[in-house]
Amino acid sequence: MSAVNPLPQPERRFMSGNEAVARGAWEAGCRVAAAYPGTPATEILEYAATYKDLYAEWSVNEKVALEVTIGASLAGSRALCAMKHVGLNVASDALMTQTLIGVGGGLVVAVADDVGLSSSQNEQDSRHWGRFAHLPVLEPADAQEAYEMTREAFALSEQFDTPVILRLTTRICHVKGVVVAGEREERPVKGFQKNPARMVMTPMNAGRRIPLMLAREEQLRAFAEVTDLNRLEAGQDPRIGFVTSGPTYLHVLESFPNAPLVKLGFSYPPPLGLIRALADQVEQLVVVEEVEPLLEQEIRAAGIPVHGKDLLPRMGELAPHVLRPAIRAFLGEPAEPEQAPKRPLAFTTPVQVFPRPPTMCVACPHLGIYYCLSKIKNTQIAGDIGCYTLGAGHPWNALDTCISMGASMGVALGLDKGRSAADKDKRVLAVIGDSTFLHMGMQGLLDIVYNRGNVTILLLDNSAVGMTGGQEHPGTGRDIHGLEAPKINFRKLVEALGVKPERVHEVNPYELPTLFKALREEVKVDDTSVIITNQPCVLTERYRNKPPYAVDEEKCTGCSNCLAVGCPAIAVTRRETVVKPNGTEKELTFVAIDSAACTGCDLCPGTCGPEAILPLAVFNRAGARV
Amino acid sequence: MSANAEDRITNILVAGIGGQGVMTAAEVLSQTAVSQGYDVKKTEVAGMAQRGGVVTSHVRFGRRVLSPAIPDGEADILVGFEPAEALRWCGQLRHGGVAMVNRLRQEPPVVTLGLFPYPDDPVAEMRARGIEVHAFDAGAIARELGNLKLVNTVMLGAISDYLPFPAEILKEAVLARFRERKPALVAVNEEAFEAGRAAQAAT
Ligand SMILES: Cc1ncc(C[n+]2csc(CCOP(=O)(O)OP(=O)(O)O)c2C)c(N)n1
Ligand code: SF4
Ligand code: SF4
Ligand code: SF4
Repeated sequence: MSAVNPLPQPERRFMSGNEAVARGAWEAGCRVAAAYPGTPATEILEYAATYKDLYAEWSVNEKVALEVTIGASLAGSRALCAMKHVGLNVASDALMTQTLIGVGGGLVVAVADDVGLSSSQNEQDSRHWGRFAHLPVLEPADAQEAYEMTREAFALSEQFDTPVILRLTTRICHVKGVVVAGEREERPVKGFQKNPARMVMTPMNAGRRIPLMLAREEQLRAFAEVTDLNRLEAGQDPRIGFVTSGPTYLHVLESFPNAPLVKLGFSYPPPLGLIRALADQVEQLVVVEEVEPLLEQEIRAAGIPVHGKDLLPRMGELAPHVLRPAIRAFLGEPAEPEQAPKRPLAFTTPVQVFPRPPTMCVACPHLGIYYCLSKIKNTQIAGDIGCYTLGAGHPWNALDTCISMGASMGVALGLDKGRSAADKDKRVLAVIGDSTFLHMGMQGLLDIVYNRGNVTILLLDNSAVGMTGGQEHPGTGRDIHGLEAPKINFRKLVEALGVKPERVHEVNPYELPTLFKALREEVKVDDTSVIITNQPCVLTERYRNKPPYAVDEEKCTGCSNCLAVGCPAIAVTRRETVVKPNGTEKELTFVAIDSAACTGCDLCPGTCGPEAILPLAVFNRAGARV
Repeated sequence: MSANAEDRITNILVAGIGGQGVMTAAEVLSQTAVSQGYDVKKTEVAGMAQRGGVVTSHVRFGRRVLSPAIPDGEADILVGFEPAEALRWCGQLRHGGVAMVNRLRQEPPVVTLGLFPYPDDPVAEMRARGIEVHAFDAGAIARELGNLKLVNTVMLGAISDYLPFPAEILKEAVLARFRERKPALVAVNEEAFEAGRAAQAAT
């Protein structure tokens, strides 16, 4: 096959949707970009930070990130704020009022919905915010469009004096495609224009701005009908016309290449005139939207008969493998088209293979914490979001709740205050990561202290936002570029929030005896206590490997104690059922350590009574087989 | 699938476990296709799947690629970095597609702890389904060459004769990456690539 694209090499860049958004923002002359990490949006800011002529920051949470970009916009600069879907819940308080104020420099809020829940606590549809806050919503279909629409979003923001929502999904953020990009546009910055009637949202001022916001929404509605971002594409098969938004455009095109469709890039306010024009050409109209039936309801309310979620799932991605069978069934056609070569039946029957859930890393500093927690009885453990959420699973089963960032604090206090008579002796604990604590946990701790909660808090300081790839935060002493930054001191912080100094312990989470002692002591005290760990995430450069360990086969009694640590470097080699002298059966589980993976963290040797876990060097010296 | 050969999309599904180099293999393949002038789409993994979980990447290239997800039953090549993972995804292959499988088994804790069985012979199970499978121990080849990380290059070598562009182009792309970053590893990667090619042909 010959080359099929005539463009010269250097102009065709292969980039993800996230990188494309950063590129588009930079080219649009964006001067300030802020975010808190969150899958699938994290890399937007990581890429933005690679541009020298743009200020980029990791903010402590999404609300602060949005507020920073609001300030920058009011200062006259173009500004970009990025977050995952749940981040906009946190930032929404600022958003709902900023919509009344409008913008100075263009303000774009890139929000990424984790459609399909690849790494999130829920699945939600951020297009709702366009309706709720009366803001325009742009929805790219791939990386090229993510780039183009980001540029366009800045222009629209200034043209209509409105923040613009750029709605992305996992399939946009984390798919790489060929992008043809342009050059940076240098823009003069107007500067901050004082105007309290517009920017100080007292009830009277806000009341005056509501009609302006509603008038703007009507202008945007008219614009939706004429913009190139929306278009009607003809097709020869008039049986079904599709209304698509964002990535579903490509899924529909792939699945039903002959169907007429409306492609929405500017999906709120929806261009009902354009959609009506499609409806007039086809027998049936089907809306393909991820996730909620928003367009569907609006189209139906406009008196246009339409199908949508009666045929298609209300959750997850509407990829070809979902779309095709659903629509073919609706048309009364067989699931696989006639012309496709028949695959043997054995091909298509589903395969049963064991699950392979994600694990914590070898030597993760959270392992020791969960080992201890799994050994303490009578606990109720409020958890939070991060790598440590895995503590809810095998082999620890030591986390009882996980809701939203920082929720462990309030939930623990509620478990304490709301306890039933039957639970009166339960020990209430909370587990929270360092980044999560700074994001939204501090206020919760203040509430626990103020209201005299009896909660033992484990603050897992691993000097990283581990879950999203080891980003920096105010507790790491580095900024988004890896440059030195002021480093907050967790002990001082929790003491400042009112925890008594004698109730605060700093521990090395690899020292099991110290950890046990601190935990056992604090769960007995009727007060608020905080145990802070102090060892880094192993995936960051702060972590140092030590000489690895191995298991002495001769000495291993098969007690399986070390497996309770949950380190993935420890694997079962064989199981045996033995009959004890008293006649009862006992299961023995023998193990080996993958010394190539072991980083010598020193945790598991402490769990092995017979001292079968020894430094690898001992075996090498003795010439013994490992 | 279109009747027009010019419009045909090549679909490659790369599957394995976090940390095995699935994403690197998919990236090299994609970059090579971009350099050949194709339109290319490649899916990346998000978040947690990176640690010990299942990892897949869909690589699609042709004149114009629409959906980034390979539609069910349209994969031309399945690159399985682990036999059970290859079995897990084999239903995605089209009629006449090939599976290239590393035989080196990696059992997760749920298996070693006895909670779930590991399939007796995933490769045989795929063949029983009528799939053309080329299976070999890429782990052993890599280890023999002195570095388990070479599995990646071995697997790329194995599929290099099944692509719509010459194997040499993919090989050159692999080597160019090392020439840039780790020149000392160029020779051993070339060996790994060729070993993969030969191993595949022998099965
Ligand atoms: C509102 C919100 N923003 C972002 C995220 C994405 N997210 C999940 S956990 C996490 C932080 C985890 O960091 P940390 O608390 O330090 O724990 P670690 O993963 O390092 O153990 C982030 C950013 C989220 N779930 N919700
Ligand atoms: S990334 Fe860091 S915090 Fe997360 S599991 Fe691995 S070592 Fe632990
Ligand atoms: S010492 Fe034990 S717990 Fe630590 S990394 Fe090695 S095997 Fe894992
Ligand atoms: S704790 Fe020691 S004796 Fe028990 S299974 Fe592990 S290595 Fe063997």
